[in-house]
Amino acid sequence: MDNAISFKLKIWRQASPQEKGRFETYELRDIPTDTSFLEALDILNEQLIEKGEEPVAFDHDCREGICGMCSLYINGHPHGPATGATTCQLYVRRFRDGETITVEPWRSAAFPVIKDLMVNRNALDQIQQAGGYVSFNTGGAQDANAIPISKVDADEAMDSASCIGCGACVAACKNGSAMLFVAAKVSQFALLPQGKPEAKRRVKAMLAKMDELGFGNCTNTGACAAECPKNIKLSNISRLNREFVSAKCRD
Amino acid sequence: MEEKIKTTAVIDSKIPEGPVAEKWTNYKAHQKLVNPANKRRLDIIVVGTGLAGASAAATLGEMGFNVLNFCIQDSPRRAHSIAAQGGINAAKNYQNDGDSVYRLFYDTVKGGDYRAREANVYRLAEVSNNISDQCVAQGVPFAREYGGLLANRSVGGAQVSRTFYAKGQTGQQLLLGAYSSLNRQIKSGKVKSFNRYEMQDVVMIDGRARGSIAKNLVTCKLERFAAHAVVIATGGYGNTYFLSTNAMGCNVSAAMACYRKGAYFANPAYVQIHPTCIPRHGDNQSKLTLMSESLRNDGRIWVPKDIEDAKKLQAGQIKGSDIPEEKRDYYLERRYPAFGNLVPRDVASRAAKERCDKGFGVNNTGQAVFLDFSEAINRLGIDVIRQRYGNLFDMYEEITDVNPGEKASTIAGVDYYNPMMIYPAIHYTMGGIWVDYELQTSVKGLFAIGECNFSDHGANRLGASALMQGLADGYFVLPYTIQNYLSDQITVPRFSTDRPEFEEAEERCQKEMDQLMAIGGKRSVDSIHKELGNVMWDYVGMGRTKQSLETALEKIKDIRKEFETNLFVPGSQDGMNIELDKAFRLRDFITMGELIAYDALNREESCGGHFREEHQTEEGEAKRDDENFFYVACWQYNGDDTKAPSLIKEPLHYEAIKVQTRNYKN
Repeated sequence: MDNAISFKLKIWRQASPQEKGRFETYELRDIPTDTSFLEALDILNEQLIEKGEEPVAFDHDCREGICGMCSLYINGHPHGPATGATTCQLYVRRFRDGETITVEPWRSAAFPVIKDLMVNRNALDQIQQAGGYVSFNTGGAQDANAIPISKVDADEAMDSASCIGCGACVAACKNGSAMLFVAAKVSQFALLPQGKPEAKRRVKAMLAKMDELGFGNCTNTGACAAECPKNIKLSNISRLNREFVSAKCRD
Repeated sequence: MEEKIKTTAVIDSKIPEGPVAEKWTNYKAHQKLVNPANKRRLDIIVVGTGLAGASAAATLGEMGFNVLNFCIQDSPRRAHSIAAQGGINAAKNYQNDGDSVYRLFYDTVKGGDYRAREANVYRLAEVSNNISDQCVAQGVPFAREYGGLLANRSVGGAQVSRTFYAKGQTGQQLLLGAYSSLNRQIKSGKVKSFNRYEMQDVVMIDGRARGSIAKNLVTCKLERFAAHAVVIATGGYGNTYFLSTNAMGCNVSAAMACYRKGAYFANPAYVQIHPTCIPRHGDNQSKLTLMSESLRNDGRIWVPKDIEDAKKLQAGQIKGSDIPEEKRDYYLERRYPAFGNLVPRDVASRAAKERCDKGFGVNNTGQAVFLDFSEAINRLGIDVIRQRYGNLFDMYEEITDVNPGEKASTIAGVDYYNPMMIYPAIHYTMGGIWVDYELQTSVKGLFAIGECNFSDHGANRLGASALMQGLADGYFVLPYTIQNYLSDQITVPRFSTDRPEFEEAEERCQKEMDQLMAIGGKRSVDSIHKELGNVMWDYVGMGRTKQSLETALEKIKDIRKEFETNLFVPGSQDGMNIELDKAFRLRDFITMGELIAYDALNREESCGGHFREEHQTEEGEAKRDDENFFYVACWQYNGDDTKAPSLIKEPLHYEAIKVQTRNYKN
């Protein structure tokens, strides 16, 4: 078959959080290269169901790289070998005929496995709940154009705000740190006037929550930014540190 | 169709008195409110965490109500609103181009082909300005000009620039704004958040919605939740077609649960087919990817003028960039000079289908047209274009391996860039649960907001209006109107979930799950869903006829039988079972598919996204029949999914706008 490849999938299977997991190897034949990687998993699941077996559980939803639901550690990389793309934006053309592709869940103390490749990322929500917002009640906002914001700052805030909360940074980090995730949100608000009044409280609360939930600390390795599907920059962490030091100095 | 569709009494949409521009002000001035001490005693279930659900849950929490908020994903931030690309409309007139609340209202009613409820649309246009203020206050990083003020662009169906945007990720930024407000309420304890929970049924007590049965998707166990009112914000039903731009998890089950409890389903035939999606590539495809409508600001849509060129393209002998300017047919600019490439979505989609049906399609399946940036790149330079659409170009390249920003040829001194290939795909559903002006369904205490209600877009939605409606409903409309309902509920104590109504509802849901597990057939959920999707696309898609719709109803009946007798769900109910979750959703997609077909069959006219081939002008434009179909079609459940529903009509009354034929030509 033209433009189709065959490959093996070595996939982590784990029935429940309590049970022990293991790798299983499956074979997929003649998969067209314009198939997405998750569609290849769909094909595998259809084959498993046909055999009466349980399909591989994995998180996915929008399949266009924006919801942050998909995860997967593929061949040693969060979201696979492509850069600046999520697993759902990964296509079979990225792989070689005959290759064995290893697929694991995110590995982090803060992300317990739920089933197979699916993990619990609730800790990320909890960090946001600790302070990732502007305390503003609906209604009573002034006119949207009342405060001019420089385009440079707005664009930079937008780059930070592009974080999709997938947790790849945590999975990539040897310390299991969520520093890039926290830094993206802190930076977005640090760059905008709306975020200023609560800036100090925010950075302390979010970092404290991150530590409390069992994430590791940052040692500036940079694996997070290298693997981030949204290219969130390491400079966000510098800004976070600056914000934190300045907040602590005022204590 | 064993049963004759019968028509019964008219229904009350509770539209306030007075001129259209004063209705909402009058309503707010005279509605009943709930005082702060009583708000603390009232519980509200909000199902869904998209723009409508998250903004409603956050706002109700801020007001002091106790909110139980559910989502099927692992976090409220994943809801599919996040994927909206283009922008959000507001009638700010920041660009001094003649915009006003009235013009946004007018454009929306006209864009909806005069099938929306006038009073609701006016209110939507009115609160649009509050939304952009609200979002900026939350720290949403909208695009700005160098002077520091907000930037705007245009989308289809408008002659002004009123769309606010954050790169091609506006839905993401607005949703994260709502999510951040929601997080603040979760932290304060006013909102309880239930992730990976799916609503299975609404629990009724004495004729009012008083709770829900939800499945914990991790444990596969049913749980009971009581409240004083239930709000569903669960999105549209586009995935009935299997392939759509919706996320994989988007489903219609919560809406169908409401429908089975007596909530009317309005205008299901109004399905939006978006013109700019990446064409289908094969049978394994799981979803279709949208390329933002904003691309039509600078992109020009074309097919070859010469059928021979089209044949060569289909055979792969030449590429789009080999065809010079004079041999390209920019058919939207040709047919609709006044709006050109920015005609509304329904018009653009049908025009693409018309060209492809005539043999001018440009890919191997003949089901694609070009979207070309050569002219814009030559005029503005690649840097400006990349700044505007860079992320969309990258997304397109990742999927198709073609870079639309790459120069591909120079013919007679003109540079040509690789065009994108696009084709229409199911994107949004204008129909939905019927609601009155207060966003309450025909079931007391049950409200529907966002895409899952029918209210504001008529037969076709304009670009950048979905985000506007979701946030309008959630931030500014429901938090007011729900108080009018709750004001006399303050003495109603909390219901125990041990009541027989909860017991019965849970038992029924459990039985349904057991039945699905017990079928023991041979077919997977997806294989049957794909079959349903093909029937829907082929017979209830862009062009519908009486015959195609009757065929669809026959075929869906067979699909239901196949589902009920030959489905196979592996695994057990001892823990997470994703196939069982999908089977539950497919059961409801089948009923939804029938509902769409019934409505499309009944509506013997063409309007907006609903195109009946029997009803078109000589030029191929949609031909409405205002004399016979100037109404909202409300479908009432008849006690069994296999029985045809009953039709109830809500007549439309226009006071401010003269109903006329839609014209985008001059």
